[in-house]
Amino acid sequence: MTWVHEPWDTARGAEIIAEHSQVEGATLVILHALQEAFGYVPQAAIPMVAWALNLSHAEVYGVFTFYHDFRKKRAGRHVLKLCRAEACQAAGGDRLAARAEAKLGIALGDTTADDRVTFEPIYCLGLCATAPSAILDGRVVGRLDEARIDAIVAELQR
Amino acid sequence: MMMMRVYVSRDAGAVAVGADDVALALEQVASKRGIAIETIRTGSRGLYWLEPMVEIATPKGRVAFGPVGTSDIASLVDAFASEGAHPLRLGISEDIPWLKRQTRLTFARCGVIDPRSLNDFRAHGGYKGLERALMLTSDEILADVTASGLRGRGGAGFPTGIKWKTVAQAGADRKFIVCNADEGDSGTFADRMIMEGDPFVMIEGMTIAGIAIGAAKGYIYIRSEYPHAVAAVNAAIAAARAGGTLGTCIAGSRHSFDLEVRVGAGAYVCGEETSLLESLEGRRGLVRAKPPLPAHRGLFGKPTVINNALSFAAIPFILANGAKAYADFGMARSRGTMPIQLAGNVKYGGLFETAFGVTLGELVDDIGGGTLTGRPVRAVQVGGPLGAYFPRALFDTPFDYEAFAAHDGLIGHGGVVVFDDSVDMAKQARFAMEFCAIESCGKCTPCRIGSTRGIETIDKIRRGERVSESLALIEDLCNTMKFGSLCALGGFTPYPVLSALKHFREDFGPVPGSFEATE
Repeated sequence: MTWVHEPWDTARGAEIIAEHSQVEGATLVILHALQEAFGYVPQAAIPMVAWALNLSHAEVYGVFTFYHDFRKKRAGRHVLKLCRAEACQAAGGDRLAARAEAKLGIALGDTTADDRVTFEPIYCLGLCATAPSAILDGRVVGRLDEARIDAIVAELQR
Repeated sequence: MMMMRVYVSRDAGAVAVGADDVALALEQVASKRGIAIETIRTGSRGLYWLEPMVEIATPKGRVAFGPVGTSDIASLVDAFASEGAHPLRLGISEDIPWLKRQTRLTFARCGVIDPRSLNDFRAHGGYKGLERALMLTSDEILADVTASGLRGRGGAGFPTGIKWKTVAQAGADRKFIVCNADEGDSGTFADRMIMEGDPFVMIEGMTIAGIAIGAAKGYIYIRSEYPHAVAAVNAAIAAARAGGTLGTCIAGSRHSFDLEVRVGAGAYVCGEETSLLESLEGRRGLVRAKPPLPAHRGLFGKPTVINNALSFAAIPFILANGAKAYADFGMARSRGTMPIQLAGNVKYGGLFETAFGVTLGELVDDIGGGTLTGRPVRAVQVGGPLGAYFPRALFDTPFDYEAFAAHDGLIGHGGVVVFDDSVDMAKQARFAMEFCAIESCGKCTPCRIGSTRGIETIDKIRRGERVSESLALIEDLCNTMKFGSLCALGGFTPYPVLSALKHFREDFGPVPGSFEATE
């Protein structure tokens, strides 16, 4: 499954912001909604959110940059997040991370040159009893081993 | 026509190892064989090494099979049709020894009921606690919660009854109930399991809290890494509203209470309560200095009960069965049960709810069955990334807030991560500092800067540079972080670091024993 996102559009952005601006403490709710629609939080949306919530640009920008989830630009067509926390480390996660990096030809945190795959670390999916685990385009996978990582990478490169 | 009722978990941990494919294959094979099949997607029983587990209803009860792959389905359906044996057959689910040994109070329904069905929840004793709470005064509810001895299951272990009473006594136009479901600790998944497997019990606990302290609105803050839990809780809230147990005049009473889910955005520090409140208000998750306590000035500046998901989920049992029934379990000042999570390199990983007092050794060797790799257990980290590493020598430590504190550790949220003898403890200590550096909110200096200096100093030790001076420096730095940080992130990061140094000194630097010389 590939994520389908809309291209940035000011009117559509304003509509999304208006839809959520009445809830108390709306900033994260709006940023999530914008990212869901566009695949990232467009720079142009920041002052619009600030205006709608009667906050300064700096405050909204500060929130946007504080949280790991919010993206400055769209990710690759597929997003593979591999858990790098302790339970997955204990179950051989370090080796799998290195293997996936080598196979994909990119380091954790990067996107392939053809924009096909973004490979990111994630700190705990709560799948610690079926470690090591990952989430691929929203689909959780556990009990990863070399064969399963290779299969995932092959699927992504197909 | 032959009829078959099967139960397959929809828990993310089961789905991650193929539960959806198994459920689909069951329906396909059954229809091919002309068997009418009803599939109920439950939560997980928590026996993760047996997932995907399939349970089939029989006159004697549910019979479990696991771990089931799609290639096993045909033989499994045939075995059901002919009442024959099957190599994956585990017997009656409740009689599986690993499950039978547990004391399931909070997780009694998890893996049993359909988490989207309010009727199923009620049929299994759900909302009995709320029914009783609606007949009691606020003071009586508070007295029950206090007498149960329940302490905050998020890790800090603060008595829940006292927290609630403080908020009940605070005068304000609005008060809030906040559920901390930002379960970021590696090795823990109990919040996720209860949200996906029995979300109504948490909702019931929050509703009781609302009645007790006079709040009409509650928020559940769930981390974005848990999309299945977000969906399950939202579905349960909608069902509870439709069933009249959330909203105005709940269950025909004069009380009103409603809930809203808010999703985090990948910041570990938001599991810290004041940081979570900031995040809920739409700001950066910066830790607040205390006082004022959230009980006095919490969400939107109003008196707020903020508890962990498991604390709320423990409440319905206490109200339904009485404080004593809960307090009868446990040891010393740790009353009731703790849902312990066995994770990492462990043979039998999963959720084991039991009374406090079980020893670490029993948990790891006996219940957990040692490592999955079959190599000797060398270390276990208890309580997440901020918890201490325990060596085998301390395996007689009972699971109890104070006993763990006495060994410079913490039980935290009850996660136990098992490592075999291939672990490099200096690397684990470095990771603790690195994780703190990545996740620090940046408000206080010991955490923000200390964590980075910590990484550099551990790197020096690992390179063999001025090892004894660097070891002394790490110890000093850890003390600064421990006593100078505003919250548990900076304050507890020293636990894994110092415990690794203390118990696994041989992993640090090329000169074993040099650490003693600096003491």
